[in-house]
Amino acid sequence: MGDFDFGVIERSWVYLFKEGMTFSLTLTALAMTGGIIFGTLLAMMRLSSIKPLSMFAAGYVNLMRSIPLLLVIFWFYFLVPYIGAWIIGSPTPIKVGAFWSCVITFTMFEAAYYSEIMRAGIQAIPRGQVWAGYALGLNYWQTMGTIVLPQAFRNMLPILLTQTIILFQDTSLVYVLSITDFLGAAAKVAQRDGRLVEMYTFAAIVYFIICFGLSLLVKRLQARIAIIR
Amino acid sequence: MQYNWNWKIFWEMSPDGSGTYLSTLFVGLQWTLATALSAWIIALVIGSLLGVIRTSPVKWAVRLGDAYVELFRNIPLLVQMFLWYFVLPELMPKALGTAIKQMPPPWGSFVPAVLCLGFFTAARVAEQVKAGIQTLPRGQTMAGTAMGLTLPQTYRFILLPVAFRIILPPLTSEFMNIIKNSSVALTIGLLELTARARAMQEYSFQVFEAFTAATLIYIIVNIIVVFGMRWVERKVAVPGFIGPQVAGGGH
Repeated sequence: MGDFDFGVIERSWVYLFKEGMTFSLTLTALAMTGGIIFGTLLAMMRLSSIKPLSMFAAGYVNLMRSIPLLLVIFWFYFLVPYIGAWIIGSPTPIKVGAFWSCVITFTMFEAAYYSEIMRAGIQAIPRGQVWAGYALGLNYWQTMGTIVLPQAFRNMLPILLTQTIILFQDTSLVYVLSITDFLGAAAKVAQRDGRLVEMYTFAAIVYFIICFGLSLLVKRLQARIAIIR
Repeated sequence: MQYNWNWKIFWEMSPDGSGTYLSTLFVGLQWTLATALSAWIIALVIGSLLGVIRTSPVKWAVRLGDAYVELFRNIPLLVQMFLWYFVLPELMPKALGTAIKQMPPPWGSFVPAVLCLGFFTAARVAEQVKAGIQTLPRGQTMAGTAMGLTLPQTYRFILLPVAFRIILPPLTSEFMNIIKNSSVALTIGLLELTARARAMQEYSFQVFEAFTAATLIYIIVNIIVVFGMRWVERKVAVPGFIGPQVAGGGH
């Protein structure tokens, strides 16, 4: 332990944050946006009275929730080029960059978890409000968009953000595709310089500070926006 | 789409010489289950202890428990896996560290994986146990004390038997999480189910067959766990007592 070398961190931290952390944060932001949108749609499908829609949504969510994220990452890494080829009608699998492959993977995977949160949020809104919306002559999308979803989002915001912190931690798993996210960058430096202890400890500390800090912020937000009933 | 499906691939011999591809996948499943079960024992024991001390009146113990949970919840599992595998042996006394590093192949990654998953999941179990105890009316602790029970006795005979029944459903999902999370151990070289599906894909180029098989196996394991735990829930249920669901996000 006596030979803990701070020099390697000093030399590499700019690279770690500029290359790695930018990737991790961009991926998190895009996957969160996509995941919440797709997740909300899934939740609405699942609560729909149209049987095939609700069955599809339930099946999708249960499938995603019963297999490991790593397997999903591998699935999409190989599947996305084929799906892309199928969509544009190309005879050979198209090339999708590692970054977009990751964005699609995490969007699709986290959507399953976001959809469960949004489902709970939508179900917590009294049914009477939906009927009141219909009685006012609003259609389904207007009722959802102007009455139910804004309240559901507000109530579920802390849980959605907590899930996003988990998503941020999960993005470290793109390491298995040899992508330079924050952990990937740390691992590259660690292996190049033979400084595994320093780099992995540093990565752990950085992740801890970010995630712990964000979770404190979420707690404060929760206290602030909670509706006193 | 140009993809040559070949479902017969599972009956072909895998190049590592241990049998058919199908049998290598099932060996992988055994490692997944062995890892998950061993880690689950650690998680349950430490998680329960932490959950209990976090509801105890001892201030410093509560703080210690909270610190543990925050520490293990806010570092990604993969990073924790690296800490156990790469960093811990270096921090040990030299002889012990070398001994750890020289463990023969499956055990060299199995032991760190089990420890990592166990201590990681313990933090999540601790949250559930604490929530379970806190859903009980405060009067129960007081009643216990009034009857002359010591604090440990109150926990043992009054609080915990009900608390554990309440948190069975969230514990079930934590158990399924530990099975899924054991796939992260492939990064430190444990050849569990996902790793073997990946290896099969690399040797045979039959990507989608390999991943379909692994996906189906995970789903079947999930279904078995869900039904098994429902059976346990029915077995231990106290008539007329239905516990509320304790919310727990994440994977």
